[in-house]
Amino acid sequence: MANVGIVIVSHSAKVAEGAADMVRQMVGDEVPLAWAGGNGDGGLGTDVGQILAAIDAAWSEAGVAILVDLGGAETNSEMAVEMLDDARQKRIVICNAPIVEGAVIAATEASGGSPLDIVKQTAEELYPQ
Amino acid sequence: MTAQKASASLEEIRRGSAELTNAVGLHARPSVKLTQLAKSYQSMISVATEPQGPWIDAKSPVKIMRVKAPKGTTLYFEASGDDAAAAVAALVDLVERRFDEAEEEGHG
Repeated sequence: MANVGIVIVSHSAKVAEGAADMVRQMVGDEVPLAWAGGNGDGGLGTDVGQILAAIDAAWSEAGVAILVDLGGAETNSEMAVEMLDDARQKRIVICNAPIVEGAVIAATEASGGSPLDIVKQTAEELYPQ
Repeated sequence: MTAQKASASLEEIRRGSAELTNAVGLHARPSVKLTQLAKSYQSMISVATEPQGPWIDAKSPVKIMRVKAPKGTTLYFEASGDDAAAAVAALVDLVERRFDEAEEEGHG
């Protein structure tokens, strides 16, 4: 079984890319990983098309866990997920966790082969609400 | 001899320990490596910073990250399961190899 994929969605391309760098350097290459960030014109924002592309890039049969920063990153991620077919939608979760720390923790959990619900649970365990 | 045979047939707890000698101790990157290595074994594996515990699940990245043990701390490992001996040996080796970290790299 493939490992769960990780998608990072930030308003800032630099934050998203930097968080992805941390995951790659700290966790390694065993986890599919992609990021989306910025409005496409170099400004802050999130873009549904970019998020869809990132989900595609990090797609895994085991599912995908999305880490988001604020407001629109979450609503646009939800919108992107709703545009996918039912079978895929069931295998995507948005984690309620800080974007950088959550991405590293989720990827660490995923790299051990844990299922999607455990990956989400572990990411959310870091700073309980 | 009889007693030894009897104890060997039970599921033994394997133990090991190693001192953290890398500069940053058990911080973020070492925590990730320790958890990943622990997850590669089937056995139940626990870590503690005192020989009597409290024991922490070595496969939990969140719990291991919270230990924040500094350089000079001894990590104690306990494992039970079919590959327990190999798991403890590998974890002790990871700590003794200083988590393969280059010391001149940034902290964490």
